[in-house]
Amino acid sequence: MGTQPLQQTLDHWSRFTLRQRLMRYGGLLFTVLVVAWALSSIDVIWEWVWDAPTQMGDLFARMMPPDPSNLPSILEAIWQTVNIATLATMIAVVVSLPVAYISAQNTTPNRVTLWIGRFILVSSRSVNTIIWALLFVAIFGPGIVAGIVAIMFRSIGFLGKLLGEAIEEIDQKPVEALEACGASRFKIVLYAIVPQVMPAFFAVAILRWDINLRESTVLGLVGAGGIGMILQGAIDTFNWPEVSMVLLTILALVVFGEVVSSYMRKKIL
Amino acid sequence: MTPDKAIWRKPPFIRNPVLRYGLYAVLTIYIVATLATLPIDWDRVSDGMRRAQRIFSGAFPPNFDRSGLLIDGFLESLKIAILATVGGILLSVPLAFMAARNIAIKPVYFLGRGIIIVARSFHPVIVAIIFVKAVGFGPFAGALTLVVYSVGFVAKLLAERIEEIDFGQVEAMRSVGAGFLATLAYAVVPQIMPRLVGLGIYQLDSNLRASAVVGIVGAGGIGATLANAFGRYDYDFALAITMVIVGVILLSEAVSGFIRKRIA
Amino acid sequence: MLKISKLTKRYGAGDPVLKELDLTVEGDQLTSVIGSSGAGKSTLLRCINRLVEPTSGSVDLNGTEFTTLNRRELRIARRRIGMVFQSFNLIDRLTVMENVQSGRLGYISTWAALSRRYPREDIRHAYELMERVGIAHYADRRADELSGGERQRVGVVRALMQRPEILLADEPTASLDPKTSEQIMSLLRDLASELKLPVIINIHNVTEAKEYSDRIVGMRYGRIIFDDLPGKLDKAEMDEIYAGVPAMDRAEVGAVA
Repeated sequence: MGTQPLQQTLDHWSRFTLRQRLMRYGGLLFTVLVVAWALSSIDVIWEWVWDAPTQMGDLFARMMPPDPSNLPSILEAIWQTVNIATLATMIAVVVSLPVAYISAQNTTPNRVTLWIGRFILVSSRSVNTIIWALLFVAIFGPGIVAGIVAIMFRSIGFLGKLLGEAIEEIDQKPVEALEACGASRFKIVLYAIVPQVMPAFFAVAILRWDINLRESTVLGLVGAGGIGMILQGAIDTFNWPEVSMVLLTILALVVFGEVVSSYMRKKIL
Repeated sequence: MTPDKAIWRKPPFIRNPVLRYGLYAVLTIYIVATLATLPIDWDRVSDGMRRAQRIFSGAFPPNFDRSGLLIDGFLESLKIAILATVGGILLSVPLAFMAARNIAIKPVYFLGRGIIIVARSFHPVIVAIIFVKAVGFGPFAGALTLVVYSVGFVAKLLAERIEEIDFGQVEAMRSVGAGFLATLAYAVVPQIMPRLVGLGIYQLDSNLRASAVVGIVGAGGIGATLANAFGRYDYDFALAITMVIVGVILLSEAVSGFIRKRIA
Repeated sequence: MLKISKLTKRYGAGDPVLKELDLTVEGDQLTSVIGSSGAGKSTLLRCINRLVEPTSGSVDLNGTEFTTLNRRELRIARRRIGMVFQSFNLIDRLTVMENVQSGRLGYISTWAALSRRYPREDIRHAYELMERVGIAHYADRRADELSGGERQRVGVVRALMQRPEILLADEPTASLDPKTSEQIMSLLRDLASELKLPVIINIHNVTEAKEYSDRIVGMRYGRIIFDDLPGKLDKAEMDEIYAGVPAMDRAEVGAVA
């Protein structure tokens, strides 16, 4: 391109160089090909697809109007859902502290603990809450306890990872100052690291509580307590007006959770 | 200045003592009460421990004999994730413009925000159950679910990005007499494009994750394979599937992180 | 008395940053160490309390040889050396009192540190020192609410809370405006004589160094090339301290990597 005489390029302008344009077209072509492959080979019955809007409309019509007759037990289940999310978040926060400490590069005692910490984080994060719930329902039996433990197991990885990153990002200077005072390792953590990580700690805990509120709504579908149990029951008995009532309550719960968490964020940070 | 110079207390976080101790009390009562009323049936737990042991001993060693089934399940998950990402982005772009305070008029803005809030509020598993009931078992229900899931995330962040754009560029376009679409194309789209591409790649990654879960309630993909294996007590196959899921998730997280870093 | 002899510091396989350096500081004098960036001033201070591990040589503070202490012994010995930093190194989110008391962390129990119930004697001492430097009314304020000069006073009080036998100050005024900078320098000079405390200051500002110090040490690329009263520092000496490029001096050692 650079070897072209100047006159030729003066009345010609394009935004990208040839290479950039080729890259862009290549990317586009690749995307189109991938989508075409997915569309052509996916195992769906296309008649059903064309029929889907009617079916959705039909289902929606059957849901209307929502039926509030079962509201007391729905609200009780919602309260249970809030308890699952709150208790699980609290316990997970406490448990994730040492995990974060050993999986942050600047605080971990040695290589081995670093890898143990990372292993805990990865295994907790990669397994979804529902799968944890399946496992714990098998152990504790159906109910709220299995739900709490499942949410907790999933949260540890999330909290530990973000807290560990917060620890890695701290300013090392106060640490140096306290080392120069002759403070022990534990007191350095207490005075130079904890105060610096505190804002991240609250932010992450509140964020996870908000997420857990959502996750707790589905635990009941595998028998682990909360509003999901009522939802499952209503779906199984084709009680669509109650299903829509439950969905509305969940919507209210999630919006409530978002309001509370943004209020707490503002208040604490 | 201080009456007794030998005593110092850290100023409390909440100054009002009534409020402070009230909060402590409420918190303590809440925790104690909920913990105390937890229905833990220890006989059931010890019984469950035996069952867990059976599950684990049945799961080891993981069984990769039916790897054909495994690969098919994964390919289906991948297809679901790809189609849902593309569909989700196609829907998200207009929705994001609707939900951007600086572009849309008030009623449209509230409509756009409302749709996004509803899409975000419901866990994919709940959405999947509803779609499975409406359009039947299989990957189509899964793809619809993940479209909703993608819209909730991509449209929200994209709308926020649109609200942050440099409005000077829009004014410049208007001042040379450009129409609404030309203004969008020249002043808004270039500013949000990198964000959109980044979000798309991120969403593909999280759709792949989510598709493993929504399959459990019948929406196709590897999740369905996993649920079947669990249901048939093929714990060794279930473990194999879980291990592969974890591996693929780690891989796709690494790949999407790498690509996003390259683009940014 | 602090006696440094044949102190050498080498990072990795590179050229030494300190080259068999000898320095003795005693009494209540305020010693300023000057020299261009990279001369090794900061490394010298940090080798004294082993924030930086010296490669070889000896550091002796009132009979304690620092270079051979194990980790536990070093922690106890470090209480005897106060240090003040260029960027103050305070814990921003804690109150001034907590920052000041953190100088006592080596002495107090873990429970006292955790619950913030500091010994009465320490609190009294803290108020005295804070009053002396003029920050007592800030005790309950968060450290990041203070101005630069006030923050450095907190840093000084924290170091003094250790009841140190020597005070090290690493560019204590480099982050401050000229007026505040002079206040901190005169504060350090006054404290040195009031508390009979030897003070070593790394400093870039030669005018300030000459005005406030009892003794000036000029460093160039790991060596002390000037050590005398401030009045003896003339133009020629200055040129020598601040002249030359690092490569020349390294070549002279004959250890170019």
